[in-house]
Amino acid sequence: MASLTRKKRTILPGFGLSMGYTVFYLSAIVIVPLSMVFLNTLHMGVQPFINAVTSPRVLASYKLSFSAAFFAAIFDAFAGFLVSWVLVRYRFPGRKLLDSLVDLPFALPTAVAGICFATLYSPVGWLGQFADKWHIGIINTPTGIVIALIFIGFPFVVRTLQPVLEELEPEIEESAYCLGATRLQTFRKILLPHLFPALLTGATLAFARSIGEYGSVIFIAGNLPMKTEIAPLMIMSKLDQFDYAGASAVALVLLLLSFAMLLVLNGVQDWQQKANH
Amino acid sequence: MIDNRRKNSDPAAVQVLLTILVLLFYFSFIFLPLALVFSQAFQKGWEIYLEAVRDPFTIEAVKLTLLTAAIVVPLNAVFGVTAAWAITKFNFRGKSTLKTLLDLPFAVSPVIAGLIFVLLAGSRTPLGSWLGEQGIKIIFSTPGIVIATLFVTFPFVARELIPLMESQGCEEEEAAITLGARGWHVFWKITLPNIRWGLLYGMILCTARSIGEFGAVSVVSGHIRGQTNTIPLQVEILYSEYNFTASFAVASLLVFLSLIIVLIKGLIEKKFRKNSIQLQ
Repeated sequence: MASLTRKKRTILPGFGLSMGYTVFYLSAIVIVPLSMVFLNTLHMGVQPFINAVTSPRVLASYKLSFSAAFFAAIFDAFAGFLVSWVLVRYRFPGRKLLDSLVDLPFALPTAVAGICFATLYSPVGWLGQFADKWHIGIINTPTGIVIALIFIGFPFVVRTLQPVLEELEPEIEESAYCLGATRLQTFRKILLPHLFPALLTGATLAFARSIGEYGSVIFIAGNLPMKTEIAPLMIMSKLDQFDYAGASAVALVLLLLSFAMLLVLNGVQDWQQKANH
Repeated sequence: MIDNRRKNSDPAAVQVLLTILVLLFYFSFIFLPLALVFSQAFQKGWEIYLEAVRDPFTIEAVKLTLLTAAIVVPLNAVFGVTAAWAITKFNFRGKSTLKTLLDLPFAVSPVIAGLIFVLLAGSRTPLGSWLGEQGIKIIFSTPGIVIATLFVTFPFVARELIPLMESQGCEEEEAAITLGARGWHVFWKITLPNIRWGLLYGMILCTARSIGEFGAVSVVSGHIRGQTNTIPLQVEILYSEYNFTASFAVASLLVFLSLIIVLIKGLIEKKFRKNSIQLQ
């Protein structure tokens, strides 16, 4: 491959072997299988494709996945900010434990998170009984989906924000103080603009993960057609009916959406790096 | 009013308020779900718990899950080291594109990760039917589960190693080569010891995900009990049969595992930081 030729010569060996294996393995596990989604939709023809991805049920599922992921990411931005602020700045017993537990949503299998939240918020569950008493619908509603996604997404915000917050020079705040700024002014005019790129990166990561999330959501969602069916579930149900073309069409739109998010993310990360240097 | 000693710290009242808010968040999103798992799993006592865990189907699921992890983790670890070597030790055009492609599986929904292998090797595809004639079954069988898990855990090791090896540079390896060491010797004696904590860390993340993966595996597994059921799928089946105690009992195994992983992660991160401080 011409694009993979070396620009500068180094004396280290193994370029051909390591690059060859990397490209081979990447193609075999990721590129070729992923291209199947594109190939399968090419077979379909334009009209059937449009019909498949614009059927009311599919459109409703896109809308739900997108909006639930959006609200969860907004909540995560606030909660994640609060958690990282407290973990970095305050000292109290048990802080290290709380810090380690941030990673729990990464380590906990999604299906376990799913059955936990579904049971917790069921009408007889520990939290669900109160919601039931006050007539707040959580289980089998979009609210329940958002709750599950908040859990999945919040470590992304904390783990992106925490290092930036830790490296913040105390001098910045001290000079703001010496120049007569109040705490609130310092926070609004100095800290927040400095932390914002990292916060946005974290929230975007949480959002991107939430759009495709499946295991933690389906138990609490109840999967009612037009109401609480998420987009990945539509792929699943089309597959169960052996509608491979339809499943590919729904998947293609979701994939393109995720790739667009990846591009946005790269933009945000470039911005973050520039902002922090 | 204004604390002159510590200009960076928030007023005590704010500190207390924010800490309480954080604890409230942890309580409802972390502690309560964890407590729920154990309360549900043990609600009918130890014997029922042990019975659920010792169920033959559960044991088969544990075996399949461990087998999958035992295949997936070494393969992706070797790949991660190789890819990180190619990307960090050489300059070539298209490097940033290659890095983006390595992260691709993280941007893909787990359900799509399963779907692509059904489209590639399902019984209704050309490849799948040809393999079927040879008596090889990929989808709804163990190879499908392994390959879908390979896909979803693909980036973990490479992603940990690339920034680490970038920050370490090539000077040590170049010095060794200049002094006459051979390529593999340099790798085993210099590179591998330098990256060992990063490698271990990536492998732990890879293990956790390959044991816990649900969406992708659920698409390719076919849910045959005792044959193609992994631990998370077993949890789902028991739950959908309203056998909540057994479901949470099996889930508690996964919770133990994830708590251990979170703990190890914290310990390794400490080593990691020490290492990187030494390097600077």
